Amino acid sequence: MSPTSPNAFEVLCQTRTRPVVTAEFPSFDGGTLDDIRAAAEKLAPWVDAINVTDNPAAHAHASNTAMAIALTQLGFNPILQVVCRDKNRLAIQSDIVGVSMFGVQNICALTGDDVTAGDEPEARRVYDLDGPQLVKVATIMGTGMYLSGRKMKTAPHLFVGAVENPTAPPLEYRAERALKKVDAGARFLQLQIHYRPEQLEAFMAACVANGVAERAAILPTVCLTKAARALSFMNESVPGISVPAATIDRVTTSEDPKEESYQLVRELAEHALSIPGVAGLHITDFRHDDSVRRLTEDLAIGPRFEEQHAHSA
Amino acid sequence: MGGLLPLIEHGMKKPVWDCRMCGQCVLHSTGMTCPMTCPKTLRNGPCGGVREDGHCEVVPEMRCIWVKAHDRSQHMPLLPRSWREEFDHLRPPVNNALQGQSSWLNLLNGRDRVTPPGWAASEAHA
Repeated sequence: MSPTSPNAFEVLCQTRTRPVVTAEFPSFDGGTLDDIRAAAEKLAPWVDAINVTDNPAAHAHASNTAMAIALTQLGFNPILQVVCRDKNRLAIQSDIVGVSMFGVQNICALTGDDVTAGDEPEARRVYDLDGPQLVKVATIMGTGMYLSGRKMKTAPHLFVGAVENPTAPPLEYRAERALKKVDAGARFLQLQIHYRPEQLEAFMAACVANGVAERAAILPTVCLTKAARALSFMNESVPGISVPAATIDRVTTSEDPKEESYQLVRELAEHALSIPGVAGLHITDFRHDDSVRRLTEDLAIGPRFEEQHAHSA
Repeated sequence: MGGLLPLIEHGMKKPVWDCRMCGQCVLHSTGMTCPMTCPKTLRNGPCGGVREDGHCEVVPEMRCIWVKAHDRSQHMPLLPRSWREEFDHLRPPVNNALQGQSSWLNLLNGRDRVTPPGWAASEAHA
């Protein structure tokens, strides 16, 4: 990939000729480049870009920068997630300019779960920048300078995005906060995993009204799980995610919880894609089987369905 | 920076707003709710971790500072309209060099509005 021209994910986010599909790459705690390749080959045919996470849920894993560089060198298209929790503005800027030299272009800015969500709650939290500020800093870097104003040798081509949580209070403010990030330079928004279709609808309506949905590609997120236990865990332990009791019951009382878990996600995804202003889907996968493929095939979305959309367009 | 002013400011603002003496006060734009009391010290909250009941991800027994700030910026009586509107502004990164100084002094001499040149340049473009 040429480091200076827009990558396929960026082009699709802007042209929106078909739904954009992204998925989260698994975390690594060691292994080899071959392991990374094998995991990427499982996902890549079905998605337009792969998110590499930055110490998700405040647990240390192989670094976001190392994984993004590896994926790029192996010929895949990563989205580098950057959280504000672990590094100050100097370290974050050096990470971004560093990966840009390897051809990494897509940057997704997050505030990040607190250290207390992880297995090292004694760690010092940083938050030298917050999420919206990080969006702006990455956007500034795309013009060829650091936050300090110091010029870089060449301006990195960066495609900057962010996240937003359509189901966390204050619900009526979330689209405004998304607008703040879009004003700061975000051109795609990957949303937090949701189990509340009606709240997603309200959020999207507000994002259509304030222009966010037009200016940024909004990708609601669904989470592939195997059993009700995963839903209860998310409800209780993951900051910002709530799962209605009825949803958990539906999976618990079903004869085939694994299949029911899939059907639940399929319905959530189908519904999300039907909402005006939605540009695509982001998928997180805790099933670790072939469900990403199954979901994209069932919904007829992703790079494999390029032609079908071209004909219908 | 020593002097009496920071002591007086802290003496007045600590009991009312739990002031952390960041030296660049933005209380007026955040519904008179100090963002430095957010455990993540976010200047542009609320983060995505707010609990369903509106409480903080980090301190579950505490109502989210930013839920409170949003609510107050909308509903607090006597808050000027321009202050309410400022809630939506993107507040720049904290200047950590001002920590401990009097924000009153920095307001008067303009130091609380100085942003890094890269930030200032992008604002000029916007």
